[in-house]
Amino acid sequence: MSPAEAMDAVFIDIELDEPAKSDPELAKKLEEVCTVGIFKASAAGTEIVQGQLDECVLCYLCVDACPTGAMRIIKKYEN
Amino acid sequence: MIFYEYEARKIVELAGIPVTKYGFCQTADEARKAAEEIGGPTVIKSQVLTGGRMKAGGVQFADTPDEAAKHAEDILKLEINGHMPVGVLVDPKAEIKQEYYASVVWDGTAKKPLMLFSDMGGIDIEQVAEEHPDHVGRGHISNILPVGDYEAKQVIAATGVTGSQLNRATPILAKLARLFRENDMILAEINPLAELTDGSFVALDAHMEMEEEAVGRQKNILRKELGIAEEDTRDTYVPSDFEKNVKAIDAADHRGVIQGKDHGFDGNLGLVIGAGGGSLTLTDAVRNQGGKPANYSEIGGNPSVAKACGLAKEVLKKDGVEKIAVMMSIVSNTRVDIVARGVIKACLELGKDPAETIAIFRIPGAWEDEGNKILDHYGVEYCDRSVSLWDAAGRAVAKIQGAS
Ligand code: SF4
Repeated sequence: MSPAEAMDAVFIDIELDEPAKSDPELAKKLEEVCTVGIFKASAAGTEIVQGQLDECVLCYLCVDACPTGAMRIIKKYEN
Repeated sequence: MIFYEYEARKIVELAGIPVTKYGFCQTADEARKAAEEIGGPTVIKSQVLTGGRMKAGGVQFADTPDEAAKHAEDILKLEINGHMPVGVLVDPKAEIKQEYYASVVWDGTAKKPLMLFSDMGGIDIEQVAEEHPDHVGRGHISNILPVGDYEAKQVIAATGVTGSQLNRATPILAKLARLFRENDMILAEINPLAELTDGSFVALDAHMEMEEEAVGRQKNILRKELGIAEEDTRDTYVPSDFEKNVKAIDAADHRGVIQGKDHGFDGNLGLVIGAGGGSLTLTDAVRNQGGKPANYSEIGGNPSVAKACGLAKEVLKKDGVEKIAVMMSIVSNTRVDIVARGVIKACLELGKDPAETIAIFRIPGAWEDEGNKILDHYGVEYCDRSVSLWDAAGRAVAKIQGAS
């Protein structure tokens, strides 16, 4: 387990709405586009790896891959 | 890369410099045979990469092969300064008329090899240079042009050596200079270079050190001639737990680079620093303004949050560390917000308040505005490029001095 996985995210949160979250094809795409391993694809759809969230580099490739408005990247430090 | 004495002897021999008959042995039996072949009294020397052999009992004299075997058996079990010997060197006890000193060292200021010769060998050359400067000859050689014997002769003649001694010592110093250049050495030393009672000159002891960066291109001598394995790095420095942990964190993640050293540092201000020579400048700036660094570090190349966090945590966990200073020169290939996340996360995971723990954050560069938002959120004091490295270091020192 890497140090980042040892604890929940401090800085970044990601919300992904249904039905996009349960789409296995989208899950594969998200796993592919995210270079820091925040998404894991399974038959059930997309799993967001909590321990990896703080590694998000804010590239928004995942947001672009999703249907408009289905995904939101939340910067916790802006709240 | 440093060499054992028996390897240095071999390097000297390969360069055509006369040496006495010697044997490298790893058992008492081998030492007995070597002493028999040499004939007469011998010296048995521990092969360790550390000084103080004589004092520790790692050098013994033997009159017979049996005695040589007994000494070898004892020496092979003898630990010296934490080092176990890789073997023993069996040497004849030479009949010496006079001891000389010959070496070639890299002169970092002149950026050229420097030949040194003295007619007062067997003792530290620094001591001779200080007490008898007229007995030390010096001369630079070119990095490119062939080394001429006349150049060596001038250096030796400067010490007052003349006649047959001058003629016999000249090719030895010239060959030493050539081997220095051909093998990318930073030190090639023969001490003592002995004039025996029959008038001949032999290298009795040699020390060699090769430039680390050249190890890859010196495979012929290292692997073929000396049989040194690729994984044998000769690193005699024992890293601290802090250094080992930082290295492990760095190795576990390919993104960015972190390094941590704490050799000689035991202060209360932890340093998470880097960028284009920034680490050295910042460490000096902290020290010169009365600060006490707890460590030295380097961070850059766009590390992950985990890596920045890992380094900051290791620094914070060091005994006596009260605060950390996170400072860099201007960065273009390291994201400010990622480092900010890392160091703040380290504080939080250790149950510390980032605002209290981070004395100063000065990393101007890529994603600086995003970084500042994070720092603002946690109340961490930061500054931009209008504050010099010196002033940022001064602020950190003032803060920690005010706290204690
Ligand atoms: S913004 Fe980029 S780094 Fe962050 S989750 Fe999306 S793809 Fe991954």
